[in-house]
Amino acid sequence: MDDLYREVIIDRYQNPRFRGELDPHDYSYQDDNPVCGDHVRIDLRVDENDTITEAKFSGEGCSISQASADLLVEKITGMKLEDVRQLGKADVLELLGIDLGPVRLKCALLSLKVLKGGVYGLDDVMTLDELAAS
Amino acid sequence: MTISPQAGPLDVDKIRADFPILHMEASPGVKLAYLDSGASSQKPLAVIEAMNTYYRSQNANIHRAVYTLGEVATEAYEAARAKVAKFINASKPREIIFTRNATESVNLVAQTWGRANLKEGDLVLLTEMEHHANLVPWQMLAAEKGIRLEFIPVTEEGILDLAALPALLEQKPKLVSFTAMSNVLGTITPAAEIVRLAHEASALAMIDGAQSVPHLPTDVQALDVDFLAFSSHKMLGPTGLGVLYGKLDLLNAMPPFMGGGDMIKRVELRSFTTNEVPQKFEAGTPAIAEVVGLGAAVDYLMAVGMDAVAAYDHELTAYALERLEEVQGLKVFGPGIEHKSSNASFTFEGAHPHDVAEILNRHGVATRAGHHCAMPLHNKFGIPSTTRASFYLYNTKEEIDQLIEALYKVKEIFG
Ligand SMILES: Cc1ncc(COP(=O)(O)O)c(C=O)c1O
Repeated sequence: MDDLYREVIIDRYQNPRFRGELDPHDYSYQDDNPVCGDHVRIDLRVDENDTITEAKFSGEGCSISQASADLLVEKITGMKLEDVRQLGKADVLELLGIDLGPVRLKCALLSLKVLKGGVYGLDDVMTLDELAAS
Repeated sequence: MTISPQAGPLDVDKIRADFPILHMEASPGVKLAYLDSGASSQKPLAVIEAMNTYYRSQNANIHRAVYTLGEVATEAYEAARAKVAKFINASKPREIIFTRNATESVNLVAQTWGRANLKEGDLVLLTEMEHHANLVPWQMLAAEKGIRLEFIPVTEEGILDLAALPALLEQKPKLVSFTAMSNVLGTITPAAEIVRLAHEASALAMIDGAQSVPHLPTDVQALDVDFLAFSSHKMLGPTGLGVLYGKLDLLNAMPPFMGGGDMIKRVELRSFTTNEVPQKFEAGTPAIAEVVGLGAAVDYLMAVGMDAVAAYDHELTAYALERLEEVQGLKVFGPGIEHKSSNASFTFEGAHPHDVAEILNRHGVATRAGHHCAMPLHNKFGIPSTTRASFYLYNTKEEIDQLIEALYKVKEIFG
């Protein structure tokens, strides 16, 4: 009936491929979207060349927040950290394959915010509002 | 604060005609079912026009104006204060203080009465079903002054556990502050009884009336409550305006809240004396047009009759509960209809509340998803969030049917 709930989103929400935690890990970061109570944590393992060898996400929230986390974690597995730093809003929207209104956009971008928080360290993280406007 | 079953019926078609926004389409061809009045109500033309008229022909700053327009504005502002006093049966208009919202009203009490009268170790008794507005101001005071907080528990069913109250009152709280109607569970609490028990234990009593005042008849003298906080925007009035009712002797004894113009009698370079109540608590230029709008809202509600409003809200809520029960996988929180009115919060198996609200929106149904500013209550029930449908005098059973049909669409997508 509607684009927002494309099969890929429902499928990733109901059967995530990358849900879990990594122990030990090289990077771990988590954050909330206070508007709707979405929560996402991402754990990464990285080799000596700064390439992500393994990534997992955990948390709870709406289909958009959880599906985008699953898709994003899949995408970054095998990527170099410096390339992960270049990822932006457009990449997440491309993974989801939908256009989102301002509220749901924040659900979708939570995992990107978490990823950047983990990879950049705290100082560089944009707020969800800034990410959404980027 | 009870529901009187013998109230005369309310003519919802006639009421709906007064609310322009209800006739909009949610999207082309889709009727809007506005089921989010618990967050903010819609406004009747009478309110919109009262504010319009104010700005077109009455606008000037109030008090101290010698010219006619200033007098007209002052009269309009003070007339609205008198209407609000009458609406909750306060004995004097001076007991009505205008604030920005219910939240500010609670903060006013915490920051003035609380700071002046509470010391380290003193107890403030709240409940587990409070909105953050009647929780965080006390937590802030606890951090600042070391006061203690205790909570009347909420039962599994979603009502206050009054059996726990005597032991809590034995700890001699200085204040019992509680909601008269839960914005999540719809629970109507036994306000008069709690106030009476608080007084017997020599505590003051404050009611968070943000939900109850719009939906139930309120008589502060019959309740004998010391403070009552509520918001204009949930009772057909404009945003940016709240009310604090307080007993005059308490208000007189309290220190001022914010400092500035209007709240003073005399000012020297290093000192001031405070003005009388209520100006003592209304520093600076208030929301004059909004106060005039609230006066019109109160006129509107009194013309319909709060008994009729309460009976109608209750009837809609009963119908909603009955229909929601039909939907498999859906769980409504809160007590049965005998303790409840005006809203229904629920979870849907397999679908996050945010997704539910999104799909409902696509079918024209405006609901709210989240923790509804009551995170501790959601934690208590072990859920992060719910979807809430809330009802008011202009809603119809057809809109609830529209909600139910849309919920079946959620089931199709997430089932
Ligand atoms: C029970 C209750 N208390 C307090 C408030 C706060 O109202 P306001 O945001 O208008 O200050 C609300 C509003 O959601 C409420 O439902």
